[in-house]
Amino acid sequence: MINFINVFVNAFPFLMNGLVFTMELALSSIAIGFVIGIIVGISRSYGKRFSYTLSTIFVEVIRGTPLLVQLFIFYFAFPQIGISLSPITASIISFSINSGAYQAEYIRGAIQSVDTGQMKAALSIGMTKWQAIMRIVMPQALIKVIPSWTNEFVYLIKYTSVAYLVGVPELMAEGEFVASRNFEFMNVFLSVAIIYLAIVMIITWGFSRIEKMVRMPGV
Amino acid sequence: MKVLEIKNLKKRYGEKEIIKGISFEMEKGETVVVIGPSGTGKSTMLMCINRLTEPDAGEIYLNGKQITGSKHPEVFRQKIGMVFQEFNLFNHLTVLNNVMIGPMRVKKFSREKAENVAKENLKRVGLELQMHAYPAQLSGGQKQRVGIARALAMEPDLILFDEPTSALDPELVGEVLEVIKKLAKEGMTMLIVTHEIGFAKDVADRIIFMENGEIIEEGIPSVMLNSPSQERTRQFLAKFMEGR
Amino acid sequence: MDFLSTLKVLLDGTIVTVELTVTSFIIAFSMAIVVSLAQVYGNTPLKVIATIYERILRSIPLLVVMFILFFGLPSFGIRFDPFTAAILSLGLCSSAYQSQIFRGAILSVPKGQILAAQSIGMNGRQTFFHITLPQALRFAVAPLTNEFTIVLKDTSFAYALGVTELLREGTYIVSTTYEPLLIYLFCAAIYFTVTFSTNTVVKRVEKKFALPGFEFRGERA
Ligand SMILES: Nc1ncnc2c1ncn2[C@@H]1O[C@H](COP(=O)(O)OP(=O)(O)OP(=O)(O)O)[C@@H](O)[C@H]1O
Ligand SMILES: [Mg+2]
Repeated sequence: MINFINVFVNAFPFLMNGLVFTMELALSSIAIGFVIGIIVGISRSYGKRFSYTLSTIFVEVIRGTPLLVQLFIFYFAFPQIGISLSPITASIISFSINSGAYQAEYIRGAIQSVDTGQMKAALSIGMTKWQAIMRIVMPQALIKVIPSWTNEFVYLIKYTSVAYLVGVPELMAEGEFVASRNFEFMNVFLSVAIIYLAIVMIITWGFSRIEKMVRMPGV
Repeated sequence: MKVLEIKNLKKRYGEKEIIKGISFEMEKGETVVVIGPSGTGKSTMLMCINRLTEPDAGEIYLNGKQITGSKHPEVFRQKIGMVFQEFNLFNHLTVLNNVMIGPMRVKKFSREKAENVAKENLKRVGLELQMHAYPAQLSGGQKQRVGIARALAMEPDLILFDEPTSALDPELVGEVLEVIKKLAKEGMTMLIVTHEIGFAKDVADRIIFMENGEIIEEGIPSVMLNSPSQERTRQFLAKFMEGR
Repeated sequence: MDFLSTLKVLLDGTIVTVELTVTSFIIAFSMAIVVSLAQVYGNTPLKVIATIYERILRSIPLLVVMFILFFGLPSFGIRFDPFTAAILSLGLCSSAYQSQIFRGAILSVPKGQILAAQSIGMNGRQTFFHITLPQALRFAVAPLTNEFTIVLKDTSFAYALGVTELLREGTYIVSTTYEPLLIYLFCAAIYFTVTFSTNTVVKRVEKKFALPGFEFRGERA
């Protein structure tokens, strides 16, 4: 136990450096993924044939293949067509696209669950379809989607650990770096695990607060 | 022979006393109807009788044997049928299996014997043709008749009905009430909570009026419905007739 | 490297991937049943333990669990080969998700079903096996299918331990052919084919055996 505390304390500064990268990856990916998710989610829900098909293929393909493979394509394969990306850029791009596909599905689900009556009511007072989507349906859908974001963000934080495999110095990579020098594999990776656990718990708690704050009365 | 005896039954939820000391008895073959305002504790009382809800005080006897305090209420429940307002048919089983499962799994009848019992009772409620349907494919009235057949298949000494027609569309109420009337004629012992006053008049040997967890008054239908002795009963009936 | 031998290597990798998936899914399934039963029917200490187990495993990245089992445990004298370490880690992580699925499924069996079972004299065990479990399993099919495809995709993490699954085999070919785009896209296509056909097959089977009132709720969590 004392040994563990020692290892933890010594590794801590390194792990914190790693955590900064982890959070950077997760935050930028969830934000960019959100933009992708809204666009794709709306076209999955209201799109005409072309945009519907395209967005459906996007969602199915991204969700049907491993994140790690997607990352390898951006990092190792893109240079072949003349696009060389840094480890961080490649990671953010692939995580954002991946998260975008999942967020699109959350948003689509939420849109569907917002009473179709809401759409009808909006059209009946003379709104255009676009106005109805943006002013009536989406605001309600986005509130419904908040619980899924907690999940999505937790997923992202965990899955960003694969960025270690292309050389991003995030939490996992820092752990590996420390462990390969002091050979305290068990204690270092337990420390890493504890930090992930703490972050996830803080985020889950934080999001549940937000959820309570924005909950619509009676919904 | 008394089929059911209830002595000073009490039940509270948190601070609120829902059943405040109820006592009554039922003879074999008797049909007793319980009426009373919403939230009065009628459902709670029924659930206490087969101990789906645990009473706080009082004694309940079935055929002279004490239900309350028994370590194995399921033994008594085999002899007390219950028909629910929301039907509660087993959603994953066909109509036949819904009725069979009790005799087969609880009474340990052979499959053939259980099937025969089930078919017989489905015939009694007029649903032998729907035997292989699933609950989701039935109308409300049909569901409730299956619910009755399921209770009958256990050959109970007593059946409890909790507003058996309240969840039904008006045009489906009749078919269920007909089945219950038939059972009354056959001499089944039944305790029925209902808001169907007309039906109560037809079928009841005795009517109990309950309010705020107490029995206010009881008597034969002609007296209870036409000239109740208690003011509260009169008010309830007056409001009720208006409401219809 | 010619096309046929490339294909053969990738198919070998695919077989390992499927082995990893199926084995760890089955392990996770069995553990999840125990954990979810503890959560729903257990006494307070059991509930707490099961919940902590679930929470922790759902918060730690699979890669970290793999490293703890593979690199960490040897310091306690426990050594796994990469394949076993990968299966155990995948199984542990998935068991946490599957137990959540089972718990949800058990709890979504309506209260009235239980009351009705008790009303005809069923005891606790009879009620569970004849009423609750059959319905809960049906509720669980859709989310479990989804979880299966997640495990399948997550087996790619075993790459990090050097297990020769699909992605590792792909990388091996890339290192000799210098054709990363083609090879990785091909790997992606294989993964996609397996996940897609799993979903399709389950949906077909489910449709065929669907009971009225229990239609496939084809959502993917
Ligand atoms: N499980 C419970 N926990 C707390 N309170 C309960 C519970 N069940 C019932 N109650 C309360 O007990 C009271 C009586 O309920 P009960 O369902 O027995 O009334 P009822 O006479 O059957 O009414 P209704 O005609 O509406 O069916 C109600 O105020 C109800 O809110
Ligand atoms: Mg009631």
